[in-house]
Amino acid sequence: MKAGDTATGVPALEARGLVKRYGHVTALGGADVDLRAGEVLAVIGDNGAGKSTLIKCLSGAEIPDAGQIRLFGEPVRFRSPLDARDHGLETVYQNLAVAPSRDIPANLFLGRERRKPGPLGSVLRLLDKKRMREETQELLTSLGLLTIQNFSQPVETLSGGQRQGVAVARAACFGSRVIIMDEPTAALGVRESQRVLDLIREISGRGVPVILISHDMPHVFDVADRIHIQRLGRRVALVNTCDISMPDAVALMTGALHPAEIDGRSRVEHP
Amino acid sequence: MAHDTVTPHAADPPATRSAKHGLIARGQAALHTKPLLGPLVVLLLASLFFSVWVGSRFSDPLNISLIVQQVQIIGMVGIAQTLVVLTAGIDLSVGAITVLASVVMGKLAVDSGLPVLPALLLGLVTGGVCGGLNGTLVTRFRIPPFIATLGTLSVFSALTLFYSQSETIRAQDVPSLLSWPGRSIHVLGTEVTYSSLLMVGCFATVAYLLRGTAWGAHLHAVGDNPDGARLSGIRTDRVLLSVYVVAGVICGLAAWFLIGRIGSVSPQAGENLNLQSITAVVIGGTSLFGGRGHVLGTLLGSLIVGVFSSGLALAGVEALWQVFTVGVLVVVAVAADQWIRKVTA
Ligand SMILES: Nc1ncnc2c1ncn2[C@@H]1O[C@H](COP(=O)(O)OP(=O)(O)OP(=O)(O)O)[C@@H](O)[C@H]1O
Ligand SMILES: [Mg+2]
Repeated sequence: MKAGDTATGVPALEARGLVKRYGHVTALGGADVDLRAGEVLAVIGDNGAGKSTLIKCLSGAEIPDAGQIRLFGEPVRFRSPLDARDHGLETVYQNLAVAPSRDIPANLFLGRERRKPGPLGSVLRLLDKKRMREETQELLTSLGLLTIQNFSQPVETLSGGQRQGVAVARAACFGSRVIIMDEPTAALGVRESQRVLDLIREISGRGVPVILISHDMPHVFDVADRIHIQRLGRRVALVNTCDISMPDAVALMTGALHPAEIDGRSRVEHP
Repeated sequence: MAHDTVTPHAADPPATRSAKHGLIARGQAALHTKPLLGPLVVLLLASLFFSVWVGSRFSDPLNISLIVQQVQIIGMVGIAQTLVVLTAGIDLSVGAITVLASVVMGKLAVDSGLPVLPALLLGLVTGGVCGGLNGTLVTRFRIPPFIATLGTLSVFSALTLFYSQSETIRAQDVPSLLSWPGRSIHVLGTEVTYSSLLMVGCFATVAYLLRGTAWGAHLHAVGDNPDGARLSGIRTDRVLLSVYVVAGVICGLAAWFLIGRIGSVSPQAGENLNLQSITAVVIGGTSLFGGRGHVLGTLLGSLIVGVFSSGLALAGVEALWQVFTVGVLVVVAVAADQWIRKVTA
């Protein structure tokens, strides 16, 4: 476990009191986030607990109504996903932000297309499709995430799991400082899920911290250094994975157990 | 999300399916990956049909040249329409922009005594500004494109009538640069107008922008999945705005070609351009749902309309049946698009 190694360092991502309301629905009611450099932080919670809303606020997809966010100590206020991306933060969204009728290379490089070298690229703005296809092939092969014969087939003709693989590959490839994944294994087979978990370990091993949202407790306990438990739009607990049992985590998540009750049994941090 | 996707492999005929069914499925998949295939086949079959039915009067090079001249304005405006339709929008004001721009060119050059070149350029700028207004309404004020451009259609038409005072500028007063696109050169025993050549050039340029550049990739992505495009870091509003501006400028070019085609500058010209451009786009296989299609399909679509109109007219069929036929073509094209999209539904 890496938890604790980096306890003295500047937190990679720190959010305080995030609030997000949709009309009368309060999706986030003052949620905090703490992500240490190089760690894997799992975010768990019931359906509608505000997990997706939380990461959307972190990634610039939604602008929180209140609260502060710091990225490696620097206060940030992302106004768009592009803004967050320019800061090295990459996200796999639950509904997979892909362009269905475009092929795999076009989706991988969406918004950061490679241009041809020389005046063809700089003056005529010509895309280097060959290079993008080659890089895609290399990337997907090296990640081992998905086996696809035809890279030029539209993403909509891929299976749900393959599509998810494309979205994960994109984040893994381009995220340089923080990577967030919202249920990246939801549609994946056993082997592909294991690959994604391995990939998450590799990424955090490179020193890039990962926030993983998942409903799969074995996956969470397998890969996470710490667990952020979200309930009714707030973080109710942040615990080291080794300090909590799976049933206790689930009990906290569903509200069957109050964080104060668990203190005696395992160490729960209240930052 | 629904994940019951049918992959092309799954669409391959299992043992239980008949060979015929497999053939249809394969045709469907082919049309899905090659959007130009359908319109191309239709154009070739229609040309063949009329060559046999009407004979050499139809297939005569001069008649072919005439067909091209008749569809060039629709083709140009169709390019503008294709760009907007690819973003899952629609532009009902393209015809009005074209006529307004042509009146601006004519009035500035003839009545205001401006040199022709600045008058021409200001006409193009007018097109761009009109497109910019459409784009602003769609992006800034979040008005659905259909409604926004329905409104500006009336606004631009009214401005046209106001500025021209409903008067036509006679052909003999139009400076030669403005009517230059209508002049022709002799190629291979037929007449080719400069505007026909320029139209083909415009199609090629836009095809390259759409296929070869990041702008084209972003435009498709915005039409395909606007939320996904935004989450992928594309400035969707900026892309949309640029699309409407470019469409407006292309309408400005169409205005120039229109003057060349009819010789005079008339505020009454090009009444049907809006619907004709949508017809060309749809017959050309571009999906009204956005993200899917090809601008060269619009060239084929305009030519298909031209071939049917010319062929039926030469065969002595009443004009109302030409309208009827084009209507049937549109419905068939949209039905075909729905069917083709089912490859992935
Ligand atoms: N765009 C929206 N408009 C209105 N309400 C929303 C919107 N997005 C989320 N909500 C509401 O906010 C709450 C939290 O939703 P969120 O998607 O963050 O939950 P979640 O924890 O990700 O759930 P799941 O596990 O099902 O993915 C829900 O009650 C939901 O109805
Ligand atoms: Mg969610």
